[in-house]
Amino acid sequence: MLCQICNKKTATIHLTEINDGMRSEMHICEHCAAEQGIAAKSQIAINELLSNLLAMQPTDEEMFGDSDHDLQCPRCGFTLEEFRKQGVLGCPNDYEIFERALLPLIERAHNSKTVHCGKIPAKMPRDTRKQMKISNLRRQLETAVQSEDYERAAKLRDELNQLQQPQ
Amino acid sequence: MKLTDISNDINEWFSGSGPLADIVISSRIRLARNLAGHKFLSHCSSAEKAEILKQLKEILLSLDLGDGVFYISVDKTSALNRNFLVERHLISRHHALAKGPRGVVIARREFFTAMINEEDHLRIQILKAGCQLSDCAKQINRIDDNIEHKVDYAFSTRFGYLTACPTNLGTGIRVSVMLHLPALKMTGQIEKFLRAAKDMNLAIRGLFGEGTEAASDLYQISNQVTLGVSESEIVRQFEDLIIPEIVEYENAARAQLLSKQVNTLDDKISRAMALLQNARLISSQEALFLLSHLRLGLNMHEHMGASTPAIKRLCELKGTGNAVRKDHGLSIRTINRLFMLTLPAHLQLNYGKSLDATHRDALRAKIIRSALKQEQ
Repeated sequence: MLCQICNKKTATIHLTEINDGMRSEMHICEHCAAEQGIAAKSQIAINELLSNLLAMQPTDEEMFGDSDHDLQCPRCGFTLEEFRKQGVLGCPNDYEIFERALLPLIERAHNSKTVHCGKIPAKMPRDTRKQMKISNLRRQLETAVQSEDYERAAKLRDELNQLQQPQ
Repeated sequence: MKLTDISNDINEWFSGSGPLADIVISSRIRLARNLAGHKFLSHCSSAEKAEILKQLKEILLSLDLGDGVFYISVDKTSALNRNFLVERHLISRHHALAKGPRGVVIARREFFTAMINEEDHLRIQILKAGCQLSDCAKQINRIDDNIEHKVDYAFSTRFGYLTACPTNLGTGIRVSVMLHLPALKMTGQIEKFLRAAKDMNLAIRGLFGEGTEAASDLYQISNQVTLGVSESEIVRQFEDLIIPEIVEYENAARAQLLSKQVNTLDDKISRAMALLQNARLISSQEALFLLSHLRLGLNMHEHMGASTPAIKRLCELKGTGNAVRKDHGLSIRTINRLFMLTLPAHLQLNYGKSLDATHRDALRAKIIRSALKQEQ
């Protein structure tokens, strides 16, 4: 197939463009592509491609932070090696013991969030509940303002004020 | 209470009723919880699992969940029963395949189930027909409060409810809706929609099909982020943003089929009718695929007043049993019944013994033929 621009050289670059649901194809040679400003590396070495792919897999350090490999939970005997294999923790205590290692993973799973702001058990001490509620409402208020939902923001502000009033 | 008491009818969440039910089949909310002072299940001995099971089972059975609450020992029941529970969404596949002492508490009308010793010690869920997430949220929260009154859940002020897998951490909530999206599929827009949903951090999987391919055009969409957002924010995002948008897209695709692609639509419906009315052997996948087109036709008739030649013929079919439309025609409920009752474990449980694939295909074809009999 000849290049659609110069009609001389063989087209080696095939572009597919989808615009408003319309699909259009273009076949051009390397020379014209460079002139059109379409960057096309003539060939990507296969080992470069592979190493790029490998680089996309998180390394142990990226997955678990930089150390804690030898750490073991005194309650359940859990290690990070087990987590790698099974994807689940050994006991609730592990969140504390392996916090540093788990944080990057938690961030990735939860859209960069690392602090709970939902339901709080009724059994929690009253002061703790109140503190958690206040920080939760503050965060929701911020989100509401950011998304310009002022009606909701006003409601949250009132709730927050009420909570912060000395009893 | 025997499983055969419920196996010959569909459950309430699949009845085809409820708000926006032509597209939103059902709403589901589940919470993942663990008991403080116990290890997570991967590190529990069988004795510890049995202890957790005993404690949670007693508490759940003491709750006021209406009449006819029953319990099934998942580890002691047969493989067929386990498959049946999975088909009915009363337990997860993970729960069916897990090891050691485990069970499920089910409310009679199947709106509530509690899996004990699945991946977490306790997973409770509310399932309702149509788009009813707020109601699900209220109800599950109340039940959770009642359980919490009697046990100490593993909870930290920083990470919230602690779960075996960090992906459920925080609220432990999974909000999902089951959607029927045949027109998006027919008009070739489903891939675009699936990509958009993934970009919004939503998980999507096909239902009653294998893998992500939805044989029945039924998709389940659920939240993935459970930490750093509140339960009500997640529910609100689904109700105010996600669901209305998807419903609008599917409706637009249905309108497009009617205005520009009537032949495509009628071809699909006519072929589905012809095959379902005449096949002697039909696999579960094929039945789901074809029934989906009948469901689309009936819904387009009911909600958009569509009456293309194929839809007219579809509506002339006589409904069976008590599941008929006001004008005695075939109802969505009948189609939904066929969806569920022809699944492999349902077929075998209702037949009374296990059947090989060929016999199942024959039985399935027979049940469908008799339900879609042309009026004599």
